Amino acid sequence: MNGAHDLGGMHGFGPVDIEPDEPVFHHEWERRAFAITLAAGFLGKWNIDQSRFAREQMPPAEYLATTYYEHWLFGLEKLLHDLKLVDRAEVLARERDPASPAAPVSGSRVLDARDVEKALRTSRTSKADEDVAPRYKVGDHVVTRNIHPIGHTRLPRYARGKRGVVALDHGVWVFPDTAGNGLGRKPQHCYSVRFEARELWGEAATARDAIYIDLWDDHLEPA
Amino acid sequence: MSHEHHHGHHHHDDDDVQEHREHGAPLSPVELRVRALESLLVDKGLVDPVALDALIDTYETKVGPRNGAKIVARAWVDPAFKRRLLEDGTAAVAEHGFVGRQSEKLVVVENTPQVHNMVVCTLCSCYPWAVLGLPPVWYKSAPYRARAVIDPRGVLGELGVSVPADREVRVWDSTAEIRYLVLPERPAGTEDMTEAQLAELVTRDAMIGVATVAGARR
Repeated sequence: MNGAHDLGGMHGFGPVDIEPDEPVFHHEWERRAFAITLAAGFLGKWNIDQSRFAREQMPPAEYLATTYYEHWLFGLEKLLHDLKLVDRAEVLARERDPASPAAPVSGSRVLDARDVEKALRTSRTSKADEDVAPRYKVGDHVVTRNIHPIGHTRLPRYARGKRGVVALDHGVWVFPDTAGNGLGRKPQHCYSVRFEARELWGEAATARDAIYIDLWDDHLEPA
Repeated sequence: MSHEHHHGHHHHDDDDVQEHREHGAPLSPVELRVRALESLLVDKGLVDPVALDALIDTYETKVGPRNGAKIVARAWVDPAFKRRLLEDGTAAVAEHGFVGRQSEKLVVVENTPQVHNMVVCTLCSCYPWAVLGLPPVWYKSAPYRARAVIDPRGVLGELGVSVPADREVRVWDSTAEIRYLVLPERPAGTEDMTEAQLAELVTRDAMIGVATVAGARR
């Protein structure tokens, strides 16, 4: 979707502000938001692409006015609500009254504290084992499709309808543009595609510079 | 209290929050919301509260940029390891035990006198957790995500990295589950340093590609 998350190439946000000796978390609520998001992900009720798409659906004005873990919270609440695990009304009621009722949910595979280390080490969600033939090989000239789907896509707006060259073949991966929309894994090759800076940004860009973007077979056409 | 977290890039109200809490002041809206959601997930048996603490502890104390720094230092002193690292980053860092979430496949890109690499995720915040830990705020922020791809030399210049005109800048936009780590150039004058001493020179930002590694410790 052409959402506020798709930031590449936008102007006006000001300088990059690096905080010296930055802590991992700035607030206790960020720790909690991080942990419940990760733990709930291990329920296996959604994939990583669906969780990204949920965050992308935050209204654009709100997305740009809030911080990172607020995006995570929005996405988590949306997924839990849509899957009827935690209703928005329940959250509001619990905010007002810590003893408000929690509607029971049917059995789930819950991340056990004893399994955290192993779960993090073996977490492997998107690499596909299927033997799918690549449509392109390293060195092939390609052009990205000019698509503007209303659903989830990993083809950034700034790189649509642009010419590039396949630089690396990463092997077979789940296709986010279907998986993120609940339309199946559609495993296919993912490549790092090199785009000359001037192909993307015009003559003002430095001629020798380049942007490498990871794209899938279905994002590309032969050039 | 003000709720600065609704307005972007300021994150310094934590002390205020702590102080208010100590004085019995109400929680902020976002604190209330997270607490409500967490307690509902626990009550419904969807998360294990002990697991939550273990997840936080992992990324606050165990996994961080020191992992990546060890990899870089090893590559600087061991040419065979460096070859393996550049050929298959995932396997080479697994030799050090650095595997797992947000690093299903790792590609290591080498900075040289000919090429300067930097890494961004314009669409979200993809970052090699296993070797660098969780991303800093600036990496996830709109200014970096917007500008890294359209004006990499401008961003680098503001951050104190002047890339010569005859050196190519390569920006890696992490739009898939492949994660990128920059192997910075080893600074001059470090020939006599041990691997452990070298690792101490390597910063997180150098491994993202927005800093170079300084030779002498300040």
